[in-house]
Amino acid sequence: MVGHPSVGWIDIIVILVYLSATAYLGWLGYRGTRSAADFLVGGRSAHPVVMAVSYGATFISTAAIVGFGGVAGLFGMSLLWLTVLNIGVGILIAFIVLGEPTRRLGHRLGAHTFPELLGQRYQSRGIQVFAGALIFLFMPLYAAAVMTGGSVFAAAQFGIEFEVALLIFALITAAYVIPGGIKAVMYTDTMQGFVMIFAMIFLLVFTYMALGGVTEAHRELTDMSDLVPPPLADLGHRGWTAMPAFGWGSSTYDLWWTVITALVLGVGIGVLAQPQLVVRFMTVRSRRELDRGVPIGAFFILLMVGTPFVVGSLSNAWFARHGPLLHGEVIEVISAETGRARVGLMQEVAPERWTPLLHPRTGGPVVVPMVVADRQPAQDIEGRSFERVTGRSIVATYTGGDADRIIPTYITAALPRWFGVIFFLALLAAAMSTMSSQFHTIGTAAGRDLYESVARGGRRREPSILVMRLAIMLGLLLAVTISYTIRQEYVVARFTAIFFGLCAASFLPAYIGGLFSRRVTRAGALASMSVGMSLSLFWLAFIKEREASAIGLVQRITGGQNSLLADVPNWPAVDPIIIALPASLITLVVVSAFTKPPGAEHLRRCFPDSTGTGRAAAPGHGRSD
Amino acid sequence: MLGIDDPYVVAAYLGSIAMTLTGLLYGLIRRNASPDAVTIEDRLWALEEREAGRDL
Repeated sequence: MVGHPSVGWIDIIVILVYLSATAYLGWLGYRGTRSAADFLVGGRSAHPVVMAVSYGATFISTAAIVGFGGVAGLFGMSLLWLTVLNIGVGILIAFIVLGEPTRRLGHRLGAHTFPELLGQRYQSRGIQVFAGALIFLFMPLYAAAVMTGGSVFAAAQFGIEFEVALLIFALITAAYVIPGGIKAVMYTDTMQGFVMIFAMIFLLVFTYMALGGVTEAHRELTDMSDLVPPPLADLGHRGWTAMPAFGWGSSTYDLWWTVITALVLGVGIGVLAQPQLVVRFMTVRSRRELDRGVPIGAFFILLMVGTPFVVGSLSNAWFARHGPLLHGEVIEVISAETGRARVGLMQEVAPERWTPLLHPRTGGPVVVPMVVADRQPAQDIEGRSFERVTGRSIVATYTGGDADRIIPTYITAALPRWFGVIFFLALLAAAMSTMSSQFHTIGTAAGRDLYESVARGGRRREPSILVMRLAIMLGLLLAVTISYTIRQEYVVARFTAIFFGLCAASFLPAYIGGLFSRRVTRAGALASMSVGMSLSLFWLAFIKEREASAIGLVQRITGGQNSLLADVPNWPAVDPIIIALPASLITLVVVSAFTKPPGAEHLRRCFPDSTGTGRAAAPGHGRSD
Repeated sequence: MLGIDDPYVVAAYLGSIAMTLTGLLYGLIRRNASPDAVTIEDRLWALEEREAGRDL
């Protein structure tokens, strides 16, 4: 419903200049110091700004900006709790509590990937293979979310089909990750981070200014709570500046359980067990570097996730005030005083002749909330007289209810065109910096953690470059296929939440236990990972309604129902992490309590500081299976 | 407060800023608190990491 501009020469030139600058920085990196490891080898310290922004750029992707920003446009500012967790857990706890122990343990054990860290810590090739396989199989889902987010924006900004945008995005990604950009080049990441910072600051300031200031903008949005569409209100939506209704035992609480368990907790906690981020800690020179990275990282994440969540929500107020005009017939008056009504949209098919706009899927009339600005007598196609109302609506009306298109539609409609190009570059930057790490992780999971461990019997050799490259290409192909095939409700945020939740339930207890506990055993870790992964996948396939209905297995078992617990309110909206993470933790504790603890020699290698007798060990030693 | 009536959303809005300020404060206080020494095992690890990167 919002007009699509086309691609101009200036757009193409700006994008090419940006890509050339990225390539130039990458080339410079090849000639000299390029990765964090090079800094460490040279005994030099990366600037804390470079380190933190590089980490943040890997952390934040188009999924956070387009996907979760769009979800905020649909569900409102309750999503800001994810910002609190992203900073509190993803930066403060990750950097302050987990960063240094991860760095030290990784260096002592000679681990270079997350599965290798777990495998070395628990002296188990099985654990390394398990973790590598899980990453290799499911990371493409997260990569697909990143790719879809970027492609949706490119399609809206440049007026091209989603499929064309996806193809272009995939080609740029392939060109970036396959020849050389796959290994994180810190300066490239940092340049990309600064593009993202500029775009977010401008977006936030512009939006607040367009709506009259911070308090005025929020107040206007608060006063729009009666415009919440009935289907969302039935799930517990109480306005864009209010938490969803909380409770248990009725479907009117489903939204709370979706927002808090899947989006806030799933992603907020899941970030701690993200393989590509854990490895970043090992490339850090010292605890001091980590400490200095905290403030920059916190500020970066505040801007990167706080801005899209606030702007996504406020886009409702902007469209209700400045959005393109819509026409229709009043179905139900919401408030005569404020001129708000539920309106069946109509289109002019001949001069002064109107006909109802029909929903492409249901075939029924499209009924939307509207702030009425004008009323005129009119006639429909059959000559019937009616009062035609003209007005504006919430953002979801202009995107056809598609949350993934909310941020792109807002940027295209509200902001200057030049900013759309800059924002595209920011998204490209966010996608590239994250995807380079994602595909590097997929490659190492296949080459180092699976191929070397399984096909080569665990003997330590050089990683198979061919296997890594093939895995990266396969991962890219999988991600593109998923992006192309699956286009459902807020799929970008959901794919991200699934992957983050799966990682949290499968890895987090074993990872944290391995860092801090001398009593956690190999059997405990393996059992914990198995329980966490199995429960998560079972829940996704058979209980969580939205995912289970898309997978389709549960419908065959139940004869058409979308969840095994379809008749029990709220359970089908609860995210797997709520069940699988505690179960995984309990399994770790119980199994470890009843199995043989690790040998004293191995514990001295892992925790020399606490025993005082530790020494550096040659990587790859000490495995027993 | 801030045009938002729901205290839980206000708490999230201000909480995000408070978390960031906590991070800023932590960075200021701990700026030079930890040692900045690179051990032999750190360097060995980095050499191996760089080698793997070059291979790729």
